[in-house]
Amino acid sequence: MVTKTYEEINEKIRQKKAVVVTAEEVIAMVEAHGLAKTAKEVDVVTTGTFGPMCSSGAFLNTGHCKPKIKMQKAWLNDVSAYAGLAAVDIYIGATEVPDNDPGTFEYGGGHVIEDLVAGKDVTLKAIAYGTDCYPRKELKTLINLKDMNQAVLTNPRNAYQNYNCAINLSDKVIHTYMGTLKANAGNANYCSAGQLSPLLKDPFYKTIGIGTRIFLGGAQGYVYWEGTQHSPTAKRGENGVPRSPAGTIAVVGNLKEMSTHYLKGASFEKYGTTLIVGIGIPIPILNEEILKYAAISDKDIYTQIVDYGFDYPQGVAKSHGEISYAQLKSGKISFNGKDIPTAPLSSYAKAREIAGVLADWIKEGKFFLGAPVRTLDLNDKFKPLIERPV
Amino acid sequence: MVSHRIVLIFSKDIVDKPYTYHLVKDYNLLVNILRAKISPEEEGLLVLEVEGKRTDFENGMKYLKEYGVKILPLVKEIKRDKDRCYNCGACTAVCPSGALHINKSNWFVDFDEKKCVLCEACVKGCPTRSIKILFPDFVN
Repeated sequence: MVTKTYEEINEKIRQKKAVVVTAEEVIAMVEAHGLAKTAKEVDVVTTGTFGPMCSSGAFLNTGHCKPKIKMQKAWLNDVSAYAGLAAVDIYIGATEVPDNDPGTFEYGGGHVIEDLVAGKDVTLKAIAYGTDCYPRKELKTLINLKDMNQAVLTNPRNAYQNYNCAINLSDKVIHTYMGTLKANAGNANYCSAGQLSPLLKDPFYKTIGIGTRIFLGGAQGYVYWEGTQHSPTAKRGENGVPRSPAGTIAVVGNLKEMSTHYLKGASFEKYGTTLIVGIGIPIPILNEEILKYAAISDKDIYTQIVDYGFDYPQGVAKSHGEISYAQLKSGKISFNGKDIPTAPLSSYAKAREIAGVLADWIKEGKFFLGAPVRTLDLNDKFKPLIERPV
Repeated sequence: MVSHRIVLIFSKDIVDKPYTYHLVKDYNLLVNILRAKISPEEEGLLVLEVEGKRTDFENGMKYLKEYGVKILPLVKEIKRDKDRCYNCGACTAVCPSGALHINKSNWFVDFDEKKCVLCEACVKGCPTRSIKILFPDFVN
């Protein structure tokens, strides 16, 4: 039995001798050479994903103006940022849209973040009630990411471990965060990198937890907590992989080091705006078991077909069938006896690119593994809100 | 045989004649309407793909010009901003003709201009708004 430690692998990285392959490449290696031999050879398997992740945003400290202001309400390019923090700390969330948005959602918080990362000047507008220590009541100025004290991408929920395959069983076309869904199950959209997706390749979070160093938006970031709605108790297959949305991670990183190549503002028709986030997580091959999970392929990863015409909006938890990512990626699935076309919202091309970039960083000795201070919870359940009307 | 994509502009006073019918019946042309914006008392626009014998095509165009229809070749059609496009594939869900499709070898979204019917579904179907349909300036 091969066993390796984080320290041993990091030492190999330091010497630029670590053997690193992507979560896609490792599948063929294990098929050809078996678990034992591959576990001995490979030190790290890299994963990647690039998709819309609505629970994303950034904490910004703009610096103090003269005289000082304690921002009560703030806007960046007319998009409201949360100011209920200390004087000049604000949080810009990805899905915030301008107060007067006509419903087209062409520009929102995700776009503000992208513009900041692009180095563009952004208009900061703020109002305040004024205090003895912070007398100013109004502020309108251009600001730039490079001049801020801190800008920290802080995403409470990213990199969902698996996600629904969305269809629409109603008789009208609908526009959702899962894209456009034609009436009467005219198409099916899905949103996961499948065999490259980080949490699907370490299904029991044996190596992922608080302090895990990751690729985030083109920079090095960290997992800081379980993500919101973390639900590891979701139904799993015999191979341990969840068959519906399950675990999530909360991530953090320095926005100033990120790139618009891996962070993009996005608009979903009749839904709103969001941020498309690039994430890559290295999985250290500490033993054969970890490798076994990392080598699971699309044909053995399943998700549920969910109706967004009625069930999803009404809170009805119902599956209309189970489908593998191999089937989804073939471009069509069979549903109720007819073939319906599939389309992804998460870019597999970009997931592959991110896994490759992360592998290169590790091989070149630029990226070291962060051993988790504690791994992610395995008992949480996804609960609905029980309303108690008042 | 020739095949051309053309934009026809009708002024208000000539918008009510069945030009397409005559192109088909009198000039033997195969006409595929890609886009139409015609309302009474307003300037009209018709984007056509016209196929037929060269002489038939030329005579058909001459017929249109005699009635004062402006004819322009459809030069710029669809433009993809390769920097903004992240090859997710969302556009392939809304594209009715298969013009936008995923290339399975590299998972990039490919665009087959010949199959495009200019329906514009991809314009709003693209989360990063990286697809634009460009009509000649006078159309907008």
